[in-house]
Amino acid sequence: MSDLKSQIIAQLNLQDVKPEDIGDDQPLFVEGLGLDSIDALELIVLLQQQYQIKLSNSDEGPNVFRTVRTMAEYIKAHQAQNS
Amino acid sequence: MSSAYYISSSCVISDRVIYRNGLPVFSGEESPLPDLLISAYRHFGYQYLKFFKMDNLGKLGWLAAEILLSGGFDKNRYRPEEVGLVLSNAHASLDTDTRYYETVKDIPSPALFVYTLPNIVIGEISIRHGFKGENAFFVSESFDAGFIEHYVTRLVNNDILQACICGWVDVLGDRYKAALFLVEKEKRENSVTFTAKNLNNLYALQNG
Repeated sequence: MSDLKSQIIAQLNLQDVKPEDIGDDQPLFVEGLGLDSIDALELIVLLQQQYQIKLSNSDEGPNVFRTVRTMAEYIKAHQAQNS
Repeated sequence: MSSAYYISSSCVISDRVIYRNGLPVFSGEESPLPDLLISAYRHFGYQYLKFFKMDNLGKLGWLAAEILLSGGFDKNRYRPEEVGLVLSNAHASLDTDTRYYETVKDIPSPALFVYTLPNIVIGEISIRHGFKGENAFFVSESFDAGFIEHYVTRLVNNDILQACICGWVDVLGDRYKAALFLVEKEKRENSVTFTAKNLNNLYALQNG
């Protein structure tokens, strides 16, 4: 999950945030890391660029991007499906 | 048009130096603009996570506004609707437009796309300080102090605004300049009359 945190920081240009500053279960949006709707689009781009995952159903977004852990689980599940 | 208003403060960022009311308050090492802006941000101890997500035009304007308003501006004197912004530049958002165009060849960047309008810098400053007044962004070849004086004076004369941040914020590659002025109705300590001549004098202080 540390790699994923580093990728999130790089993708969203969060220069004052370190990977260890982001809790595995910390909400990414609003009251947590304070990300916004544009950041959500950037996270979709991150999945596509780094993991070749296209979010097929936009309704999945809120659950996939709730925390770093939910993102990591989604990536793992997708990779298992395609291996 | 005669003016009865005042420039309460000014901030000029040019050639790696930041001036507040004509005095240098920060001098950066020779470095690319993005590094210089982050270096200044850290020097002044600002805490605003969104700063890092802004494009160069947004960072430059945001930083200039922050320094402009740092010396005693009390926004509680005004309702949010009474404070507005009138900015101008020569290159609109071209600096970011070209960066965004580069990403279109792969996966377009949403974070860059949102900055492909020059007036986004007005939004960034307004969000930071809670300003909700009239705003406009004009594009002209060079800083037109006469036009700025005329436009802002009309807004204040007609009670559309009571205070206005106006001036110039321009970035294209390594070339940049910001010159922001806070215009208010009341005379404050060290303020100068809001005239095109004074705007030009402050703008050209170090001829950047």
